[in-house]
Amino acid sequence: MIPLANYLLLSTVLFGLGVIGVIISRNIITILMSVELMLNAANLALISFARWHGDPGAHVFVFIVFVVAAAEAAVGLSLVIAIFRRKNTVNVDDLNILKR
Amino acid sequence: MLNTIWLIPLFPLLGYIINGLFGRRLTRYGVGVVGCLMVFLSFLFSLLAILFLRGGEYRLAVADWVVSGTFSVSFGILLDPLSAVMALTVTGVAFLIHVYSTGYMAHDEHFSRYFAYLNLFVFFMLVLVLADNFLLLYMGWEGVGLCSYLLIGFWFHKDSAANAGKKAFIVNRVGDFGFALGIMLIFWQFGSVNFPEVFAAAPQVLDFGGGMATAICLLLFLGAIGKSAQIPLHVWLPDAMEGPTPVSALIHAATMVTAGVYMVARCATLFTLSPIALTVVAIIGAATALFAATMATVQNDIKRVLAYSTISQLGYMFLACGVAAFSAAIFHLMTHAFFKALLFLGAGSVIHALHEEHDLRKMGGLRRYLPATFLTFTAATLAITGFPGLAGFVSKDEILWNSFASPVGGLGFWIVGVITAGLTAFYMFRLLFLAFYGRPRYAEETAARVQESPMSMTAPLIILGILSFVGGWIGWPKVLGGGNSFGHYLEPVFAKAKGFLPPGSHHGHSTEYLLMGLSVGIALVGFIWAFRWYIRRSPAREKLKERFGALYRLVLNKYYVDELYHAVIVSPIVGGSRWLWKYFDDLVIDGAVNGIGRLVRQVGQAGTRPQAGYFRGYAAVFSLGCVLLLGWIIYTLR
Repeated sequence: MIPLANYLLLSTVLFGLGVIGVIISRNIITILMSVELMLNAANLALISFARWHGDPGAHVFVFIVFVVAAAEAAVGLSLVIAIFRRKNTVNVDDLNILKR
Repeated sequence: MLNTIWLIPLFPLLGYIINGLFGRRLTRYGVGVVGCLMVFLSFLFSLLAILFLRGGEYRLAVADWVVSGTFSVSFGILLDPLSAVMALTVTGVAFLIHVYSTGYMAHDEHFSRYFAYLNLFVFFMLVLVLADNFLLLYMGWEGVGLCSYLLIGFWFHKDSAANAGKKAFIVNRVGDFGFALGIMLIFWQFGSVNFPEVFAAAPQVLDFGGGMATAICLLLFLGAIGKSAQIPLHVWLPDAMEGPTPVSALIHAATMVTAGVYMVARCATLFTLSPIALTVVAIIGAATALFAATMATVQNDIKRVLAYSTISQLGYMFLACGVAAFSAAIFHLMTHAFFKALLFLGAGSVIHALHEEHDLRKMGGLRRYLPATFLTFTAATLAITGFPGLAGFVSKDEILWNSFASPVGGLGFWIVGVITAGLTAFYMFRLLFLAFYGRPRYAEETAARVQESPMSMTAPLIILGILSFVGGWIGWPKVLGGGNSFGHYLEPVFAKAKGFLPPGSHHGHSTEYLLMGLSVGIALVGFIWAFRWYIRRSPAREKLKERFGALYRLVLNKYYVDELYHAVIVSPIVGGSRWLWKYFDDLVIDGAVNGIGRLVRQVGQAGTRPQAGYFRGYAAVFSLGCVLLLGWIIYTLR
């Protein structure tokens, strides 16, 4: 069998890439994609643990996570569209009206 | 009947409330009636009280004031011959002055406020005089000071009047400070401030001639110095003439300024336990009497002459107290109330007739136009200068005799007293001659309009004139065949105090006749001197003024005492206050307060710097925080 650690390492790397993507990206859509990446990395970790322990409960939980991810993507993209209509940009640095 | 004497001070208080709150809605007639009626009722009750008292002592506790542990003081009345006489004098003279005021102030815009204040004054004065403990007396003391301020500055839109009111109150306060300390010392030593308890325990608690007795008495006397305008706190009284003339008559001649004398007399048992304090009282009294008399001789304002005369006569009263002749002091207080009030009211009549003219140099020949005023004024002048038989003669003579003959008196006191009597005769007749004799020194048109005052003003003058004549007869000295009923009436009040005095040497009747004759003689000299200068118009007057020009200016300017106080006390305080305002208040206090505000703003501004609206920065910090948190959890779970 492939050791659990490998799967978890993969999951961690993917999650880290997602975080970096959120911080570095200038494009809102890219940020949203990185958030999805983070969510999927978490899913991967969940499945790995489920396979390793033989517990089917985690499989079910993954579905819940999918649903949440989908809903969140929908809302996020609607917000992006709303912002774009206002400010005509997808550059996150231009969203600074909270600035003191 | 005696259990209703609490009404005596309450009537004028009621008058104050009525006239103060509703006076503007009443007619002038109504206001006057309320004001005068209230004081008349007080007078009536005082009269009944003194008749029912029959020379004993009556104490009435009206209500509790402070009850705290072992300290208990009440709103209580002590009615004995001393307070009964005072109450009668105060209410009687006050009533006459109230009636006079209805005429004098008839054209004043603030008629009701005037009568309200006047009634309030009578209330406080009666509280002062009838109190059975030091604290209540002090309340009355402060109250009359307040009313004095209100009435001196009655025409408050006049700067001079407002300032005079301030000056009176502040100078008084200096004395009151000493008075309050004295009361505190008494409480500390005696555990009580009630008169009967303190005076009964005095010989046990205080050593004769001891430091504590002297300290208490000197502090109490400091209060009297302020209230009764003795040296060095006399400076407020001449300025107080800014107030309406009836106010000057009531407050600054007959009643308020005599409160100091009353207080010293009331505390006779304390004062006689301290010979040093007694001597101080006598010396200050005598010095003030002489000092003020000299200043009265050169004043040109009719009311100022009378003001300095009042200070001088008060000096006589304190001289009497200082030689332990307390009943003589109170006797003179009473007769002085009669003739000094009359003099002031008469001056008011003159001022009124000449349309607010105060300057003696612009008067003259008024005896033709103001006969009633002239006659009563002359009666008062004769009284104050000690014309034999009249009120002033009897009381002043008793003081002079006692200043010589008392075991704590001496020739020196008598000499100062007699010289003052001579000066008194001089300046009073000078006043009479300048105002009423000679050719008018005012314009023709004014002369045409001069007319005698209305009955509301002349009736009190006449009554006071009669009292100035006969008022002395109740104290007619034994040496001239009288029974001195007044002295005998007050004797029980002062008997205990007199017991502490050293035995005096016996002086024969011939000495008394001699001294009496000498004082009348000196008064006569004063009269002749004034006659020659102001009726005969002797050129010596001008020549003397020239030769002693500097001395004349010195006396005319009140020995520059006001200027001295201003330079030594007022200016440094004002300067210090100004410095404090500019450098302490502005820089330090405002700086601290503003600085705190600035600090808060700066901290706030620094705190907003992270809020750059930079989304990615937020995300980065967020993630970093997460990592750290997770790391810490893992670390602690290991």
